[in-house]
Amino acid sequence: MKISKSLLPLVTPLSKDNPVIVQVLGICSALAVTAKLEPAIVMTISVTAVLALANVIISALRNTIPTSIRIIVQLVVVAALVVVVDQVLKAFAYDVSKQLSVFIGLIITNCIIMGRLEAFALNNRPWPAFLDGIGNGLGYGIILVIVAFFRELLGSGTLLGCQVIPQWCYEHGYANCGLMILPPMALITVACIIWVHNRKAS
Amino acid sequence: MNRQSNLYTVIYASVLVLAVGILLSVVYQGLRPRQLENIDNDTKRQILAAALIFPSEGQSVADLYAEHIKGAYIVNSNGQRVDDNLDPFKVKVATQVKLPADQRKLPVFECETSSGLKYVIPVYGAGLWGPIWGYVSFNEGSATIYGAYFGHEGETPGLGAEIEKPAFSSQFEGKSVLAPDGQFTSVAVVKAGHELASGDFVHAVSGGTITSQGVQNMLYNSLEPYKAFFDNIKSSNPDNTSKS
Repeated sequence: MKISKSLLPLVTPLSKDNPVIVQVLGICSALAVTAKLEPAIVMTISVTAVLALANVIISALRNTIPTSIRIIVQLVVVAALVVVVDQVLKAFAYDVSKQLSVFIGLIITNCIIMGRLEAFALNNRPWPAFLDGIGNGLGYGIILVIVAFFRELLGSGTLLGCQVIPQWCYEHGYANCGLMILPPMALITVACIIWVHNRKAS
Repeated sequence: MNRQSNLYTVIYASVLVLAVGILLSVVYQGLRPRQLENIDNDTKRQILAAALIFPSEGQSVADLYAEHIKGAYIVNSNGQRVDDNLDPFKVKVATQVKLPADQRKLPVFECETSSGLKYVIPVYGAGLWGPIWGYVSFNEGSATIYGAYFGHEGETPGLGAEIEKPAFSSQFEGKSVLAPDGQFTSVAVVKAGHELASGDFVHAVSGGTITSQGVQNMLYNSLEPYKAFFDNIKSSNPDNTSKS
């Protein structure tokens, strides 16, 4: 499939240059928020919003930022955006913000954001930077959702909180795999995705 | 102007930080009233949940609270009402539970339900990763538990976090925190499949041992000072003597 060159920053992070499984960024939060599907989806939306906005702001400021403090400038912009997202969630989606509690604050430390600001926004104009932010946010989200899907299904027998494994199975000796809910299995699930992805790519 | 000079860098950093500071304070001030309302509503929802009243879709929690909660007051460890200007709703249970029993301010919420008057009492303690809290409602006349609600800040999803599910909290219904001889025993949380020789107990969350122990300690520590209050409500309702 031919994709016009201007859309490349949006499309490549989805698979070929995926932030989690190819650039190996943002692994930490991929382990933390994927025990259930719903927080994974909300986290995806929040990270995508913060990343796209931060990319645009840094890209717009890129010619004015003094090189010696560029990392600090990026941090200030990202931190401000994250606090705004957190405050808005607390005011308008209180239940969701309660569920994600500390993870919203941890968006600041998400390596994808600093990584993309350094690698892309500082050298590109705002529009491609915006597409790059959306693309990387979604690329991160795809992995999060896949991992959360398997962890919630096998670990709790539910999807988005609804029971999907019929009661009949439990009565005949099926048991949820408690290990799936613990962080190590997120790492192994991500590793399996990388394996499949590499096989397809080669 | 030379963009790599020290002066430029210092001015740039100051302007940026000032701009961000102004932005954040505007956002904070603008959204604060809405956030406080959300927090209040969430607390009200938890108090009602302990009395097994749940808002239906689209129903305002504040209205439901005003409809059911008929009184709220503070008692001391002798079970007497304390005349205090403090709003029981605003009492910080987290700091109260650390005080010696006789110095605590003990909030009580009277809740009118379809099955009579219930007394809702807040509890607070420590789980595995952070604080856990809850509200427990007691029947008038018998001082047995009518319903319970538990919340947590960051217990492990699927394990310790299961204490907030009805599957765990509904086990408390009908349990008594007083032994037949009137001693305060609280309700124990024991490993599933095990029994307790005396006193009421519920089954722990499997895989959430430390959180479950946290619940047990929280109940004991938070409810013990209410012992005299329980004795009062046990003997308060003369209608009940005919039933027992």
